[in-house]
Amino acid sequence: MIAYGKDKSAVRDVTADIKRNAITAIMGPSGCGKSTLLRAINRMHELYPNIRTEGEIELNGESIYKMSTTKLRRKIGMVFQRPNPFPTMSIYENVIAGYDLNGSKLKKDQKDAIVESSLHDVGLFDEVKDSLNKKGNFLSGGQQQRLCIARALAFKPEVILMDEPTSALDPLSTAKIEDLLVELKNQYTIILVTHNMSQAARISDNAMFMYLGELVEYDKTKKMFTNPSDSRTEGYLTGKFG
Amino acid sequence: MDNNAIINTTDNSNWRELKSKLFLGIVILLSCITISPILLILYELISKGIKQINPDFFFKVAPDTLQAMTAVRNGEILPGGIANGISGTLLMVALAALIAIPVSIVIGIFLYENQGKKYANLIRTLTDILQGVPSVVLGLISYIWIVQGVTKGFSALAGSVALAIMMLPLIIRSTEETMKMLPISIKEAAAALGVPYHKIILKVMIPSGFSGLMTGILLSISRVIGETAPLMLTTLGSTAINLNIKKPTSAVPLQIWEFYNNPNMIDLVWSSSLFLLGFVLTLNIIAKRISLRYN
Repeated sequence: MIAYGKDKSAVRDVTADIKRNAITAIMGPSGCGKSTLLRAINRMHELYPNIRTEGEIELNGESIYKMSTTKLRRKIGMVFQRPNPFPTMSIYENVIAGYDLNGSKLKKDQKDAIVESSLHDVGLFDEVKDSLNKKGNFLSGGQQQRLCIARALAFKPEVILMDEPTSALDPLSTAKIEDLLVELKNQYTIILVTHNMSQAARISDNAMFMYLGELVEYDKTKKMFTNPSDSRTEGYLTGKFG
Repeated sequence: MDNNAIINTTDNSNWRELKSKLFLGIVILLSCITISPILLILYELISKGIKQINPDFFFKVAPDTLQAMTAVRNGEILPGGIANGISGTLLMVALAALIAIPVSIVIGIFLYENQGKKYANLIRTLTDILQGVPSVVLGLISYIWIVQGVTKGFSALAGSVALAIMMLPLIIRSTEETMKMLPISIKEAAAALGVPYHKIILKVMIPSGFSGLMTGILLSISRVIGETAPLMLTTLGSTAINLNIKKPTSAVPLQIWEFYNNPNMIDLVWSSSLFLLGFVLTLNIIAKRISLRYN
C-alpha cells in the first residue's frame, strides 16, 4: 500500500512476481498509480515527505527496506520520463556519475572501460566518442535519453526501472530506444511504465494492467492483448476508457 | 456612414488614435524621467571627478590637509588617492562575504528543502525582517558585539560583521529562489544513482545552480559596498593602508564622508564617488551577464 499524505491509498493490494531477464510493462490510464508503484521499487518515494507505505518488496528474496538506498539503487537503476543528464557534467562525467558522486575511487582506465562499455550498450558510443568531454546538451532528446540509460547501466544493475522513457521523444528515437530495451533484457530485468498500449504490446513479455490503484491483471503480454481475463482490461485495451 | 454595418469602425477612430498617441507620449516622458537621475549622476561624477583619476589615485593614500591646501592654492590637482579606502573596502567586503556566504547558502537550501514547514516559514519571515533593519542599527549591534566585546576597539572585523549581517538575507533568498528554479529531475537523477543526500546538494544542486548563486552573491556585495553608517560606528577609518582585521580601517564610503568634511578635498569626493559607482555598476553588469548565461 502506498499513500500520499492523509489521502487514502494511491496503490493497494499489488502482489506480483517480476520475471528475470524480461520486460514487464505496467499499463493503465493516467493517475492509476503505475509511476507510484514503480518509484516504490527503488524507494524513490522517500525523497518526498508524507508518503506512507505498507507491505514488502523483495529483490532476490531480500527485503529492499533492509538495504541502504545506496546499495539498493545500485542494484535497481532508474530512467525517467524526460531525459535528465546532469547539466554541469560532460558526457563522460554523466556516465560515470554514479561512481564519482558516491565517492568510489576508480582508476582512469577502469572509468574509461565502464564509460565505453555503457555507451556501447546503448548504441551511443560511435555517435559521441569524439565529444565525450563536451556537455550533453547538444545531443538530441533521444540521444540524451540513451545517455541516461547508459548512466543507469554503468552500475551493472540487476533491474532497470523505466518511467515512460519515450513519452517525451519523437517516433524515430522511440523506435531506437525500444530496440535497445529488447536487446538489454538479455542482461537486465526491465520494468517499464507506459501509457502507450502499442509500446507494451510491441516489446514487453509480461504486462500489468492497473486501474484506480489496483492491479487488475498481470499476465503474459500476448495473452492479455488477445484474451484478457478481466472486463476492465478489455475495456482499456479496446479503447473504451483511459 | 453605413447604417447597416454591425460594427462601425469609423466612429470615434480619430479620438482613439489620439488617445493612444497621448498615452505613448506619457509613457516615453515618464521613462525619460526615470532614467534621467542615473544619467545626471554619471554626468556630474564624471565631469567633476575624472580629473583626479590617475595611477596615484589608486595606489597612494589620501593627502593630509596641508598637502591638499597647498595643491588647491596652486591650482593643481590634489595629490594622493584612496588606496587606504580601496584596500579597506576590499578587505572588509571579502571578510564579510567569507562570513555570510556559507551561512546563507546553507540556510537558503534549508528553506528550499522545507517548503511550507512552520520552522522554515518562521526563518523566512525573520530573514525578511532582517532585510528591513536599518544599516545603522546593524552598525550599533556590531559595535556592541565586536568593538566592545571582541576586538576592544574599532576594527575591520566589526565592520565586516555588520556588512555580513546585511548580506545574509539577500543571499539566503537568492539561494532559495535559485534552487526552486532547478528542475527536480536533476535531484531525482542523482537520488536514483544512490547518491546520499549531502552529496546531492553539494555535488549536483550547488554546481547546477552555481551561476544563480553567484549572481546573488555579487548583487549582495554591490549592495553593501557603499554602506557608510555601519562602518562609521565600527571601523572608524584610517589614514594608512591597514590589513589587520583587528585595527581601525578605512573604506571608500568613509573616505567620501571625510573628504566632504574637508573643504580642501572636495575634488576627491567626486572622484571617489565615481570610483564607487563604477565598481558597483561593474559588479551589477557581471551579475546580469552571469544570470543571462544561466537562463
